Amino acid sequence: MRIGVLAVQGAFVEHARMLRAIGVEPVDVRLPADLVGLAGLILPGGESTAMRRLVDRWGLRAPILDLARGGAPILGTCAGMILLAADIADGDPPVFGLLDVTVRRNAFGRQLDSFEADIAVPILGDSPVHGIFIRAPIVERVGPGVAVVACLDDGRVVAVRERNILATAFHPELAGEMRFHRLLATMAAEHADPGEGAGRRPHPTRRSVASA
Amino acid sequence: MAVETSTWATKKGLAQMLKGGVIMDVVTPEQARIAEEAGAVAVMALERVPADIRADGGVARMSDPVMIVGIMAAVSIPVMAKARIGHFVEAQVLEALGVDYVDESEVLTPADEENHIDKHAFKVPFVCGARDLGEALRRISEGAAMMRTKGEAGTGNIVEAVRHIRSVNAGIRRLQSMREDELYAAAKELRAPYDVVAAVARDGKLPVVNFVAGGIATPSDAALAMQLGAEGVFVGSGIFKSDDPARMANAIVQATTHFDDAAIIAEVSKGLGAPMRGIGLEAIPEGERLAVRGW
Repeated sequence: MRIGVLAVQGAFVEHARMLRAIGVEPVDVRLPADLVGLAGLILPGGESTAMRRLVDRWGLRAPILDLARGGAPILGTCAGMILLAADIADGDPPVFGLLDVTVRRNAFGRQLDSFEADIAVPILGDSPVHGIFIRAPIVERVGPGVAVVACLDDGRVVAVRERNILATAFHPELAGEMRFHRLLATMAAEHADPGEGAGRRPHPTRRSVASA
Repeated sequence: MAVETSTWATKKGLAQMLKGGVIMDVVTPEQARIAEEAGAVAVMALERVPADIRADGGVARMSDPVMIVGIMAAVSIPVMAKARIGHFVEAQVLEALGVDYVDESEVLTPADEENHIDKHAFKVPFVCGARDLGEALRRISEGAAMMRTKGEAGTGNIVEAVRHIRSVNAGIRRLQSMREDELYAAAKELRAPYDVVAAVARDGKLPVVNFVAGGIATPSDAALAMQLGAEGVFVGSGIFKSDDPARMANAIVQATTHFDDAAIIAEVSKGLGAPMRGIGLEAIPEGERLAVRGW
């Protein structure tokens, strides 16, 4: 199974290393042809303004939307979350708009406000996730179909999931936190090879024909 | 929930987010917006680009805070600014302004000919220049969270940048080939702490992100730096001293992303107008070379 990492700019090497560590073959994605045959995709941290321009310049928007609409899971971290959001507060138009949330860029301030904190992520089990937040965004509005995956103590939302789309404001790839990548790999495996009997039960990462 | 700010992971982490990108020198908010629009991952706010500093002579210092703050307000990408080597008060001022990274830079006139800034003492992260592995490891042990090879700033001549990135990477390969008991002598020779030397020998790379700077003037220059092992590039005079800065900036961004795809580099290099004029190294007297500053 191969999972792509958008490699136009940002911390894509770190994500590729995490995938390799859990036994998944990572693929650098710079051009549409790189997306062929992928079971899932990671949109890494980086500068979202630079990444959005490179995505459009090299025609990656439509094929990535096709991949997501076909049910392949996508994980976005930090800038990746911004690229996934349907709405960016006081900012540019959305890039992929796959996640029904409003995000605010640099929501905590500048680099001097970047921080680390342990946060509870119930879907990943009892031990907390060590969150590294670098000029991080925040989720300001959560749409009806979106599940909140993690909050800070003050209730601000920092990780969300909507069907096959998963996004974090922090950087699991910088903290050696593998559980998000394992979750993505599990979702990707279910998508790529649902197995016998899959047609008879609702599938967590696959859109039904009616809703597609 | 315990919250810790300005940790080593957040300092070093911002540089990791800039990888594969282009950091551009800008002297006005208008230039900063052109850079952001072209896809720069960060801008370096300064009063004069290195080519002008070189031409003007005199003492080059930290920029006017008004100019730096104006640039910070103009763009949403990170803003870096330069302090003189060893001038820790300039660095304190830049930290107070809230810049995202301080460049302790040989492009400005050094304030201390023996000591660099103790960068561990700051909340703001630092990037520093180096010509070889020993210099890079000394800066990292002082607390630099990002490195850049120096090149010769303001020349539009890539030759020194190539020399320096090759030198750093050759130094790393040499450490990798050593027995563990040889690393002590290597540390002495590199004039760098043993722990950092041993970490580099083990990992085969610097413990922080390393960009290439100094003399990049074309998309091919940027791609050359990347193919030689840069994790990103700084472009100083090369953009706003070219005929068509917006197009040149954009082309260098594309070539940095697609650094190993010659067909794309060829495509983005078409019709850019003249790059900056450039200076041969032999035309610069030894005493006026910037890269030799730093100890």
